[in-house]
Amino acid sequence: MSEADLLYTEIEEELRASVRALLADRCPAESVLARVETDEVADLELAKELAGLGATGLPVPEELGGAGASWREASVVAEELGRAAAPVPFLGGAVLSAAALLEAGGAGGEVLSGIADGTSIAALAVPLGTPPGAGYPSAVRAEGGLLTGAVPGVVDALAADVLLVPAAGPDGPALYRVEAADAARTAVVSLDLTRPLADLALDGAPGTLLASGADAERALRTALSTGAALLAAEQLGVAEWALSTTVDYLKTRTQFGRPVGSFQALKHRLADLWVSVSQARAVVRAAASTAGTGGAEAELNASLAQAFVSGVAVKAAEEAVQLHGGIGFTWEHPAHLYLKRAKSDAIALGTADRHRLALAALVDLAPA
Amino acid sequence: MTTVTDGAALDAAELRRRVAGFVAEHDPAATPQQEFLAARFDAGLAWVHFPEGAGGLGAPRSLQPVVDEEFERLGAAPTGREGLVIGLGMAAPTILAFGTPEQRERFLKPLYTGEEVWCQLFSEPGAGSDLAALGTRAVPDGDSWVVNGQKVWTSLAHEARWGILVTRTDPDVPKHKGMTYFICDMHAEGVEVRPLRQITGEAEFNEVYLTDVRIPDAHRLGAAGEGWKVAQTTLMNERVAIGGHADPREGGLIGVVADIWRDRPELRTPGSHDALLRLWVEAEAARLTKERLRQQLAIGQPGPEGSAAKYAFSRLNQEISGLEVELLGQEGLTYDDWTFRRPEGVNFTKRGAGFHYLRSKGNSIEGGTTEILRNIIAERILGLPGEIRVDKDVAWKDLPK
Repeated sequence: MSEADLLYTEIEEELRASVRALLADRCPAESVLARVETDEVADLELAKELAGLGATGLPVPEELGGAGASWREASVVAEELGRAAAPVPFLGGAVLSAAALLEAGGAGGEVLSGIADGTSIAALAVPLGTPPGAGYPSAVRAEGGLLTGAVPGVVDALAADVLLVPAAGPDGPALYRVEAADAARTAVVSLDLTRPLADLALDGAPGTLLASGADAERALRTALSTGAALLAAEQLGVAEWALSTTVDYLKTRTQFGRPVGSFQALKHRLADLWVSVSQARAVVRAAASTAGTGGAEAELNASLAQAFVSGVAVKAAEEAVQLHGGIGFTWEHPAHLYLKRAKSDAIALGTADRHRLALAALVDLAPA
Repeated sequence: MTTVTDGAALDAAELRRRVAGFVAEHDPAATPQQEFLAARFDAGLAWVHFPEGAGGLGAPRSLQPVVDEEFERLGAAPTGREGLVIGLGMAAPTILAFGTPEQRERFLKPLYTGEEVWCQLFSEPGAGSDLAALGTRAVPDGDSWVVNGQKVWTSLAHEARWGILVTRTDPDVPKHKGMTYFICDMHAEGVEVRPLRQITGEAEFNEVYLTDVRIPDAHRLGAAGEGWKVAQTTLMNERVAIGGHADPREGGLIGVVADIWRDRPELRTPGSHDALLRLWVEAEAARLTKERLRQQLAIGQPGPEGSAAKYAFSRLNQEISGLEVELLGQEGLTYDDWTFRRPEGVNFTKRGAGFHYLRSKGNSIEGGTTEILRNIIAERILGLPGEIRVDKDVAWKDLPK
């Protein structure tokens, strides 16, 4: 096993800078706070601008209009989106759907092109809490190219024009493309204010077969595993926001005649958090380096990332709320957006505990 | 012999070429190690970022791993260097930064070849985390100094030829200002080394009693009164000491416990499975973090993560070894050996679970306590305000002791 490059390349740093500049301009905390009170949480204009930067098609091959890069670069974008708690349909489209389509090949190319150039938003029709090792879903049944069934809590389905639907077909597992307009989509009141979920109901919706049998299973498993790796990058961004915002605040907030950040009880908590965040960065880079390769090492790194970074992001957001004191508990301060994002992310694509169990199988540490 | 002045640019390729040329001229299989290393020193391939004539070539520090890897690849990496960590890692960079030409000439080469072992005479019973409070007195007398005091936690003192020593030379000024740094002859009259028994039963460390020890002024490192500044250089290098290789997955104590789990199904319980997996994840995260730091160093961009790596590993070792003892159940009630003796090398993983548990308690104390490391991270990396200090402007002699 040779060690992956865990650093950021110059190209990745340039990409980060351009995404961060766009988000600073178009997605400041005040506007996110305002947007979550409206009926249009997902910022589709911002999503188009991200696509304009090339940020949604990084792992998509050049012949399909993508950058022909890899999930490493996409992971840097996910970090920045997490740092801004940006309400864009990136996870469902540019990550989960793109990973499934890249693995499935064939007829999905058109959707990949749409994801890359921003003309299409896709969603993968599985409950967001599904871990990579879950059995192939059978909640939707396909007969004669028509799909019927229900899928709760699908990420980015409201914004999507295309749905990728895993279904139980006549010959076993199958992955279909369904036009979103052909599905009933009901918004869910989600814990994460910045990440809309929807319940899907399909009643004889026409589907186009993208993959079947082992190919469909592999496409879904790779999508969820890649999603887990990229979600960890987003969680790293959430944790970084929480840490840096809290550190900045504690330098200026004074009580008892001195900056609150000079109290050792608080300094040590922030030092611990910084250590965890720097470890999370190494783990996220490892996961990004193997994402999408489909092997055991990719699954191991993805599960490691979820098992480790989920807790770090939640801890960071919780510390942000607590160490901000009263203001951190208000609706007007953005800390709650990150707490809700962090806690939801810790459940999305499998809890840390489920990923530890997946690791146990991967590294031969059988349960008692 | 390869010379240092043949004009080629000092990049990685050139250094590899020089190492290959050097090894071709000095058959590592047929040359005694000390002799081989002495020649390597003369060729400037000991530590390439040191200046010419001092074992280096004035090359960027980031190229040293290239040289080390190339020697290793050619089967010419030195062995048995564990006892030289203080000399190589701490004394050498300090002598380079503050030593006179005579001092560099006298000390660096035998330090590098392993002919002379070094130890560090810093901590005292009354000066641990607050090193600058130290009270070992050095009083000038003609062209030498007379030293009295006690040092503690001195590894290798019983084998050392030289010690790097920080003393109090002016008690009438604030503590950081009145110190002076020396090279102490461990064979000098008045130097007494006593083993210090620790909670594991053995004695890795020593107490060193200094009674009217005469140190020539020529062995002073840096100016009188500048000892703190010199000591900072030493300690900075202590924290950047990190291996040039990636650790393998499960390379540390977690691998020992994981193997116990695999080999002994009768010991397994659901709770210990959960604990093991949590620690496995943390150990792998810490390993990747160290690997990332190593990659940063290799391209000459050391990150601040170094101060955190030791802290993370000390906590992990303690938790993993705690689980190991508990997992073993009845066997965890036993201990392999309480004999008061000096260990031969530190072969941590070969000892029993009880030893792992007890020895790892030192990890969060030695080389900077966890509490001090947290302060360093909070103040130097995060930029949080410093502690309110009550000792900064008080003469050392007036501080509460």
